[in-house]
Amino acid sequence: MNDWVTIYIDGKEIKARKGDNLLKVARENGIDIPGLCFLEKITPTGACRLCVVKIEGRPGMIPSCLVAVEDGMKVIAFDEELEETRKILLNMILSEHNDDCINCDKDGDCELQDLAYKYGLGIESRIFSPIWKDIPQVKDESSPVLIYDSSKCIKCARCVKACYEIQAKGVLNFAQRGINEYVVAGLGVWADSECDGCGECVQACPVGAIAEKPVYGMRIRKKDVDRRVVTTCPYCGVGCQLELWIKDNKIVKVKGADKIPNYGKTCVKGRFGLDFVNREDRLKKPLIRKEGKFVEVEWDEALNYVAKRLKEIKEKYGPDAIAGLASAKCTNEENFVFQKFMRAVIGTNNVDHCARLCHASTVAGLARAFGSGAMTNSIEELEYADVILVTGSNTTETHPVIATLIKRAVLFHRAKLIVVDPRKIDLVKYATLWLQQKNGTDVAWINGMMHVIIKEGLYDEGFIRERTEGFNEFKKIIEQYTPERVEEITGIPKHKIIEAARIYGRAQKASIVYAMGITQHTTGTDNVLSLANLAMLTGNVGRESTGVNPLRGQNNVQGACDLGSLPNVYPGYQKVNDPQIEEKFEKAWGVKLSDKPGLTVVEMMYAATEGKIKAFYFMGENPMVSDPNIPHVKEALESVEFLVCQDIFMTETTQFADVILPAASFAEKYGTFTNTERRILWVEKAIDPPGEAKPDWIIIRDLAKKMGYEMKYTSIKDIIDEINRLSPIYAGITYERIMRGERLQWPCPDPSHPGTKYLHKDKFSRGLGKFHPVDYIPPAEWPEDEYPFLLSTGRILYHFHTGSMTRRTNVLPKYVEGPYMEMHPEDMKRLGIEDGDEVKVTSRRGFIKIKAIASDRVSLGSVFIPFHFAEAAANVLTNDALDPIAKIPELKVAACKIEKI
Amino acid sequence: MKMHIPEDNPQYKALKREIIRYRRKPGPLIQVLHRAQEIFGYLPPEVQFFVAKELNVPLSSVYGVVTFYNFFRTEPVARHIINICMGTACHVKGAANVAEALSKELGIKIGETTEDKMFTLSTARCFGACGLAPVMMINDEVYGKLTPERAVEIVKKYREEHGGA
Repeated sequence: MNDWVTIYIDGKEIKARKGDNLLKVARENGIDIPGLCFLEKITPTGACRLCVVKIEGRPGMIPSCLVAVEDGMKVIAFDEELEETRKILLNMILSEHNDDCINCDKDGDCELQDLAYKYGLGIESRIFSPIWKDIPQVKDESSPVLIYDSSKCIKCARCVKACYEIQAKGVLNFAQRGINEYVVAGLGVWADSECDGCGECVQACPVGAIAEKPVYGMRIRKKDVDRRVVTTCPYCGVGCQLELWIKDNKIVKVKGADKIPNYGKTCVKGRFGLDFVNREDRLKKPLIRKEGKFVEVEWDEALNYVAKRLKEIKEKYGPDAIAGLASAKCTNEENFVFQKFMRAVIGTNNVDHCARLCHASTVAGLARAFGSGAMTNSIEELEYADVILVTGSNTTETHPVIATLIKRAVLFHRAKLIVVDPRKIDLVKYATLWLQQKNGTDVAWINGMMHVIIKEGLYDEGFIRERTEGFNEFKKIIEQYTPERVEEITGIPKHKIIEAARIYGRAQKASIVYAMGITQHTTGTDNVLSLANLAMLTGNVGRESTGVNPLRGQNNVQGACDLGSLPNVYPGYQKVNDPQIEEKFEKAWGVKLSDKPGLTVVEMMYAATEGKIKAFYFMGENPMVSDPNIPHVKEALESVEFLVCQDIFMTETTQFADVILPAASFAEKYGTFTNTERRILWVEKAIDPPGEAKPDWIIIRDLAKKMGYEMKYTSIKDIIDEINRLSPIYAGITYERIMRGERLQWPCPDPSHPGTKYLHKDKFSRGLGKFHPVDYIPPAEWPEDEYPFLLSTGRILYHFHTGSMTRRTNVLPKYVEGPYMEMHPEDMKRLGIEDGDEVKVTSRRGFIKIKAIASDRVSLGSVFIPFHFAEAAANVLTNDALDPIAKIPELKVAACKIEKI
Repeated sequence: MKMHIPEDNPQYKALKREIIRYRRKPGPLIQVLHRAQEIFGYLPPEVQFFVAKELNVPLSSVYGVVTFYNFFRTEPVARHIINICMGTACHVKGAANVAEALSKELGIKIGETTEDKMFTLSTARCFGACGLAPVMMINDEVYGKLTPERAVEIVKKYREEHGGA
């Protein structure tokens, strides 16, 4: 297929790859053959026929979108007859099209309008009378985000195919037939269909048939906007590139940008959920609590006050009495500056952030096994794996764009998908095999799979011999995990364990994808080590489309870890208690640094209630919703002498603050985010911050100065330069390269290095990969008589983290407004609970009242609560028992009781 | 989307058996919908939803097929289905007059069902009985060489003979 051939279009000699699409080749070479149904990312349809050409040796006119180029092909793209035919075809399309351009959002940005203009087909010049008025038309306005108007629809099938082929959802189809044909979602009503509002169809529509509702507050045409800015999405760890349309310093529309890693795709949050930025209740001025009330003050006063109080506390109790939480929402540069502030200005390593609550066990586990705690492979490689094992990741909802690649692998590349999850998540529909384990029994089923793989000789002997160590000791433990025993522990029928082992073990390229279902356990590190064992056992590391791939939750949780917002490491995972490293940083920052690893998130809270922590500094974190055992967090926040919050909104946490500093949102500053695949993505300033809000790095820099430490940064570039100097894995990712458009993946040790697509190619980061013998240990808490239900928590598609952003959007609450609990219908029947009833859920930590929803996604005896909603916060109930190594709390398993109210 | 499906109901049980029969064969959707219509008489949203879920296909694929073919019905039908042939031969021989007469007699338009759920009036393309044109079918019976008057008579007879309670 890579043979180059020569073709001739209208006499022009063109080199192309054999088998390439003729229309695409023509357009790439500046020959603009018209066409309405062709879209490069979907299979050609040949519906509009406008791209017809003549090809020597073939009869008649042929739609060029359906032709594969062959050597020597002679094509006529434009002659009088072809143009006349196109005119007639356009006339036919126009007669069925409600060309109300005057009142159409797509005016000026419409492919049909452009062609009608080009061919001079004004209303007076049409051959056919407008018959669209005589056909029954459908207008579906039920979706919260879009409107479908069949009178404008040209039946090109771009939306239908975009939904199926690009997003792998298949929500749309044609209904009826012939002239009555129209596009339909689900059983005819958009709002009742499976549509999740990603908007791929809107982006694919060449006309105004599928149009966005004015979710950003106003109707908007392309010609109305002031500018369009490409930047990185602030929601999950995929790092989608978005094109923000800006008018009057407001985001008015969002499109997916055709760039790595999303190539135009987005989810509902990225496209329709950024209006929180425009909200009136953004923090605009610094606030100080005076006599119990927040009072607006000038920046100078606020920073002087913070500096004074922090200095006092440091002098009185020592630097380790102060702790800071950086943020996975902020940029790399801001995290760098924040941890530098805590370490160099305050003098403590008490700096952590919410990664502790999601992937601390990944960082710890993969570092032990492989030497590097990050996603081994790249997002786009997933689509080409033979086997994908997804466990503890509801990818469809938490990383929607990555889920489309997994689904595409199944639908279009014949990959086999194994889902191991206690809940019947959406991906189960695409799976060859679904293993439903009991929560918290992951080590057992992974060991069980490995038992079968070893017994049946499906392991990679060469890889184990040459690339790993510790196999024999590990093998002894695995021998004990017979499928029978594993069935007893996990509840997964043994034949399924055997089948899964065979599918995974026989694959050429097998990729493991996981997230919080694996990490948020007291055995989180063990779980991660087990997955690493599984990959090494079968030689599925260090090659394309293989690996162990933790999906990171926040837009910049990878970056916040990389840049040292962790209590035990400096930027680049350089240990604080390594004297050489310490010396390097002391020299660079010109101060004495502490070599004592600091406290992690949950430890900080306990240290506060024990009186050891006297001040907290939170940059963009909301532990009053995000952290386990909220009643205790509250106690901790109340017990400190001084609390500073730096945020874009008032949150559940800022209520306890002494000072609140208004920060700029992602759209209001420059910087970089590092996505889940270790790729450094640029964040471009699109609008000015509201009021006096400032980027976090500027606030910290100015505060440092007030405390007597000069940070000489005048721009983001200065910070990136310093990161290049101090963090070897980021050394080659320079400001200049980023500005040139390079989107590099670390490790990138020097400015000529191309970045690293997948890790551990010929050698693991730690040298040899290490097998760790891991035994199954039950969760810290398990349902019993008084607390008979098993509670698990997690995220949903329409909301993010503590909801402080998503709940302030126009559209997302229309999909899911507030808290609810998924419960098995038979459990509900047994307790006499009706669908939608409010119930009381109690654990050993506390209780909440919440609406119960019947759902067959959860198994008997289990319930699931999304943790986004403060008014019924799941984390009131969750257990803060910790993994002994990674200090991650067991958010995924808690025992609870449920009572009818 | 949430829909309450009474899966214990014998009709759904029968449909489930058919789905299991066809599930592993290629392209089972049309076959299954065929059976579903035999079982339920028509294809309400609940049945379409059930079929989509059990065959693991998108709802819109089911809806697309159901609305594409005239054969599939989404409205409940009457005890007796009248299909008037609108093929070329019947058209020439005055099928339109037959349709008009029946429409007037029953007080409904083509595609509708009488309030007493006795008759559904429908049209179709050619039964292959052009020698008998104009033709109509009531349920599985073919009636040929119709005049508007004869057609009305036949329908009246149905009401008397087959109507029952």
